[in-house]
Amino acid sequence: LIYCYRKPKTKRAKRFLEKREPKLKENTKNAMLIKGGNANLTVTEVLKDIYAVKKPFAVLYKKKNITRPFEDQTSLEFFSKKSDCSLFLFGSHNKKRPNNLVIGRMFDYHVLDMIELGVEKFVSLKDVKNSKCPEGTKPMLIFAGDMFDGNEEYRRLKSLLIDFFRGPSVPSIRLAGLEYVLHFTALDGKIYMRSYKVLLKKSGCKIPRIELEEMGPSLDLVMRRTHLASDDLYKLSLKQPKALKPKKKKNISHDVFGTTYGRIHMQKQDLSKLQTRKMKGLKKRPAEKSAEDGGASPKKSKSG
Amino acid sequence: MAAVRVEEVLAAAEEQEAEKRRSVTVEKELELEFDLGNLLALDRNPPAAAGLRGAAPGREAKLRALARDNTQLLVAQLWELPAERAGGAGGPLVARLPEPAFLLPREKPPPRPRPPTRWEQFARLKGIRRRKRTSLVWDEEAKEWRRRWGYRRAGGDPARAWLAEVPEGADPEEDQFARLRREKRERVARNELNRLRNLARAHRAGTAVPAAPLHPTGHQSREELSHVARVARVSTASLGRFQPRLPREPAETLSRNAGKKRRFEPLLGNLAAERSRQLELLRDMGSKKPVLNITRAVNKQLRQEEAEAAAAKGKKQSQRGKRGRRQ
Repeated sequence: LIYCYRKPKTKRAKRFLEKREPKLKENTKNAMLIKGGNANLTVTEVLKDIYAVKKPFAVLYKKKNITRPFEDQTSLEFFSKKSDCSLFLFGSHNKKRPNNLVIGRMFDYHVLDMIELGVEKFVSLKDVKNSKCPEGTKPMLIFAGDMFDGNEEYRRLKSLLIDFFRGPSVPSIRLAGLEYVLHFTALDGKIYMRSYKVLLKKSGCKIPRIELEEMGPSLDLVMRRTHLASDDLYKLSLKQPKALKPKKKKNISHDVFGTTYGRIHMQKQDLSKLQTRKMKGLKKRPAEKSAEDGGASPKKSKSG
Repeated sequence: MAAVRVEEVLAAAEEQEAEKRRSVTVEKELELEFDLGNLLALDRNPPAAAGLRGAAPGREAKLRALARDNTQLLVAQLWELPAERAGGAGGPLVARLPEPAFLLPREKPPPRPRPPTRWEQFARLKGIRRRKRTSLVWDEEAKEWRRRWGYRRAGGDPARAWLAEVPEGADPEEDQFARLRREKRERVARNELNRLRNLARAHRAGTAVPAAPLHPTGHQSREELSHVARVARVSTASLGRFQPRLPREPAETLSRNAGKKRRFEPLLGNLAAERSRQLELLRDMGSKKPVLNITRAVNKQLRQEEAEAAAAKGKKQSQRGKRGRRQ
């Protein structure tokens, strides 16, 4: 609550501010879906479908906003600050760039990366007449194609897409609930995004056989302009606080075969007084013991 | 005969197993990279361009086949994870996911640890620990448990405070109720002031400027100003050698060999001074009296320590005063 020169007067306001402040373990990233001044039907449909996929971690703005992300980022940053969203998808359309989508993310409410994609073909959720999966399912993400590793821009795009569609970070997942998969293929300068519903069929063994059913939005994208963050800003944004690193347990080591070794630190022992195995024959007899004590008999004799 | 039968049966069983396995195995040139924490799979194989470049329906079928293969591999990996039954024996099968491996940039920078407030520093010094307070307090007059603060609190009923005693040395004409109200207002104002001061200190600590002594503050002494002027003169590319001097500024105040430790006299300087120095040295070596007067040295050291302590105390007092004025 560093910037609070005015203290929040209600508990609700305090909770609201606490949700937005920087934390060790962050919230799930929200996405804002914005229409530009000249958005056409295709682009609007794309935004609506992506909103359906990303619910409840997305905000769809219904009105058109006349801004140009690549020229002026202040209005995007203002929206991001107001709605606490760090991902955005901006759709527009003009003759030079038809069916334009600008996908981007923010760091500290300032634009980090922005990539402009053109939609060449779009099949909406409504057009595919198959059964859909429930809202808020965590999707499986698959990226195919060697271009996603070769080109720097494609690598950032991959990172952006993972960030966008990842959903909340969960510790465990119900195996029967893996229903949704988003598959991105990079080929010939185009990126094919397809969404499928996963059907787990019985196979003889433990692992089920997968059958896919086309569902959901499918897009054919082509990369246009990019506005990537400089290397040091990107590195700064990747920095994780030390508290999140898993603590190494000291004095435990593992070897190649899986054996765990531990180290115990002992103080110096007097080896002469060390108790080894008990051998009954070597036990001190009472006579010997009294000789050692120097004549003082262990049993006190009552005199008089 | 029976032996052959058994072998046949075993071979048939093995083939069945392999058949079943075949339905879930996928052949790939390069192994996929998995990040199970994010449910992510990365396929580095170049996609079969031939089928995918063709017409649209063929392309869809090829894409779906590729997706099916990749999903099969990802699901196989997920099924390998340690699984347990959530919610008892009858619950759904739940797999424990590892930490996400793919590094994604954060939303906001990591939080900075804020410096402790004045009270926290004092409490740490004295060893005072936080005691948990009960939320209900026994109210004697109402004979029940009431909240500590808020609606219907213990002892907060304004109708009860009908009497305000005049304390011992106070003015009998003074309005005690007004005094109580005024004191409460002052207390609230003081708390608010302290909270803002703590916030300002935390904010300043976050953006500490290392060159603070060189910035003009308005109340700097003559020595501080001359030091700052010296530093400014030397902070040029040629280390101050060609800086013009002001009309009355003394020229060359410090030679290159200034300072206590790296001072070297020129070789052919003052011959008379050198002679007298050498003779003095010989005289001191020959004399019986010790050069170092121990009592004088000890007294000097004691006086220096006292002066330092007084200076530190004075600085603390002046700092406290300054904090009130300077925000």
